[in-house]
Amino acid sequence: MVVSPLVAAGGPDVTVSSTFSSILLAAAGAFALFAVVLLYRVVRGPTTQDRIVAINVVGTNTVIVIALVSVALGEYGYLDVALVYALLNFVMSIAVSKFTVEWGGVI
Amino acid sequence: MTPLEIVATAFVVVGTFFGLVATVGIIRLPDLYSRLHAASKSDTLGSVLSLVGLAIVLGLSTESMKLVFLLVFLFVTSPTAAHAIARAAKEQEVEPVGEVEAPWMNDTEEGDQ
Repeated sequence: MVVSPLVAAGGPDVTVSSTFSSILLAAAGAFALFAVVLLYRVVRGPTTQDRIVAINVVGTNTVIVIALVSVALGEYGYLDVALVYALLNFVMSIAVSKFTVEWGGVI
Repeated sequence: MTPLEIVATAFVVVGTFFGLVATVGIIRLPDLYSRLHAASKSDTLGSVLSLVGLAIVLGLSTESMKLVFLLVFLFVTSPTAAHAIARAAKEQEVEPVGEVEAPWMNDTEEGDQ
């Protein structure tokens, strides 16, 4: 039996059923669709802050999509990718909102 | 499907619903502050519920601990980012919609005179 390296590196022995896997993939598709819809606000947003809000939510949706796909496909190594993506997303929001004002304290 | 997966499915479906609420709020609401209201609360709840569903189905393992870390991190940072964006918008004097003027608009006018 061939196991993929990511699972062999320490994945749990949980194998989700195919029905549940399909549900998770459908939810991931819904979150990806929400991200595409939010690009309307990114393009159209009247102020810079509107665009930052929309991009922040798109990033959060991306983290959720990565986590859902990770569990649905059994590739548990992708959870680390989701963690790093959440960290970078937070840093991006804070940095952009800090440097669009004139050295104001925003936190 | 095991009973655990049915519970997890309920969590993921409710989380997807709150993601939909956040998207509709950001697209449809009239000004920046009400969009932040939709984004910070609904999107945090939707993502946290989805991750709780995934952590339930994985049981007690390293991977579910990673999911719990991700969950706690999102639960802390998403409102913090929304707060920072709102402070930046106030600094740049973004006007809310409506008849009543925001208090900081009066402050800056008095300061200029």
